[in-house]
Amino acid sequence: MADFDWPWQYKFPPFFSIQPNIETRKKQLEAWCTLVLTYQKHMKQYNLDVNEAQNSELFYNKQLNRRLNLDAMYTVLEELRKRGNLEWKDKNRSACTLMWRSPAEWGNMIYSWISSRAMNNTVCTLFELSEGEDSVGQDFHGLDKGILLRALKSLEAEGKAEVIDFDGNEGVKFF
Amino acid sequence: MDRFSWCDGSLYPDESLVEQQSGVAVYDGQDKTAFNAGFLMLTTHRILWRDQRNRNCVISLPLANVSGVDEQPSGFTKSAKIVLHLSAGAPGRPPGPVTQSPHDYIRLSFRELGQQEFLRSLKEEMKKRRWEAQPAATPASNNSGLLPRQRPGIVGIERSIQQKNKETNKNISQAFQDLRNLMEKAKDMVGLSKTIATKIKDKQGEITEDETVKFKSYLLSMGIPNPVTRETHGTGDKYYTELARQLASVLAKPVEDCGGMMTMTDVYCRVNRARGMELLSPEDLLHACELMEMLALPLRLRTFDSGVSVLQARSQDEEEIVSKTSSTIQDKGPLTAEQLAQILGLSVILARERLLLTEKMGGVCRDETVEGLKFYPNLFLTAGS
Repeated sequence: MADFDWPWQYKFPPFFSIQPNIETRKKQLEAWCTLVLTYQKHMKQYNLDVNEAQNSELFYNKQLNRRLNLDAMYTVLEELRKRGNLEWKDKNRSACTLMWRSPAEWGNMIYSWISSRAMNNTVCTLFELSEGEDSVGQDFHGLDKGILLRALKSLEAEGKAEVIDFDGNEGVKFF
Repeated sequence: MDRFSWCDGSLYPDESLVEQQSGVAVYDGQDKTAFNAGFLMLTTHRILWRDQRNRNCVISLPLANVSGVDEQPSGFTKSAKIVLHLSAGAPGRPPGPVTQSPHDYIRLSFRELGQQEFLRSLKEEMKKRRWEAQPAATPASNNSGLLPRQRPGIVGIERSIQQKNKETNKNISQAFQDLRNLMEKAKDMVGLSKTIATKIKDKQGEITEDETVKFKSYLLSMGIPNPVTRETHGTGDKYYTELARQLASVLAKPVEDCGGMMTMTDVYCRVNRARGMELLSPEDLLHACELMEMLALPLRLRTFDSGVSVLQARSQDEEEIVSKTSSTIQDKGPLTAEQLAQILGLSVILARERLLLTEKMGGVCRDETVEGLKFYPNLFLTAGS
């Protein structure tokens, strides 16, 4: 995978200490949120385990020997949650789903792809959409099933698709 | 038996108890006596016998009068005895139970055993002859100056406490005698410095201006010649306002010299060193400093968020501090409070306060690690957008 282009803040030691000054902290958290989302997007990752993340290069800059401690990590993650980019999977906040695109955005992306291939009014399985050969090269290829489902639900709400459940296999029909 | 004398049963100051045995009867030669059931004590100086029923009845025999010791083993109906052969008694001995006796020996009958141990100790004491080392004064001769421990009971305890109090009083007054002398001398010293100061003023022509100034500054740093005290300025507000004025005039220069700020602890030390004998209490100092702002003096009290209080020169402006500190960090790179203190010649506490203030204003940002707190130029605000 191509090298991630780290922002300048990543090489700035104070970036890894939560700043007490409100103005400064706002800027800092903004930078962190952008960094986390772009990094996840770059790595095509949708889930984040807090314990694992502590030692990942995202939160631990080995060159600087600086890391974001657990409290600070939660501050950043909570900030992401407030912005609607993150959802906790459990109450203990040990793992979360990161949404660097909102379900609606994903839905629109899928719908336009379907339209461009004239696949309206056909039924396809969720597996076909995210893992199928046809969708290789698309952004939503390899999309987390949970997010995919939510994207389709948002389409359903708009009346552009319908999620069908047959024999445990889920499929979707686009209109 | 006529060598015995009455006594009160207390020991001499340098006398100590060696051995004791109950159930002992005293025989005058072969004859029984009234002293037939008692408590026998061997001390380094004497043999004491105390009646078991009447504890006030005590007789004593100086070991010096004992010339020899014999042992009589116990028989079928007889208890073991120790025979003490006695030498002629001293003529002026205190009164005793018997004035004249035909016998030159007495016998001690041990009805409750223990004669072996007693005999051994007695022989040892006879050999050591400890009573000769320091002839103890007879109890009769020191009636008036009885040592506390010779007095039993509550009266004795009270006496000993009284005596101790007397001694501490004496010690304290002696100690303060020295201090009083010192105070007299200090007054002289201040007077001397004053006269020198006036002399310098008079003879200004004879020494160069530079030297005068130097010498004067020495005198000034030596002390405040007439400190504001409660005696001279009363107690209320007037005292504090006068004190505040004096503090401001004395401290204005030192505060400027050390970067426009001085911690209250430093202020306290400096002021009290200058005042010499008329020391200020921390509360009075704080109170006077609180008034400075109201009196429009060149100094004012300032308390940082962390609770550190400083005396600050009026010329020192917050914004100036912030801009100065952030520009220092721009120039020198990331700094800890210690490093900034070295660069600016401030105390570490003040340097830290400056940094925290600057951080609060957004001038710098922090990097907190195990090695300490380091401050960086605030690139978040300046370079971010």
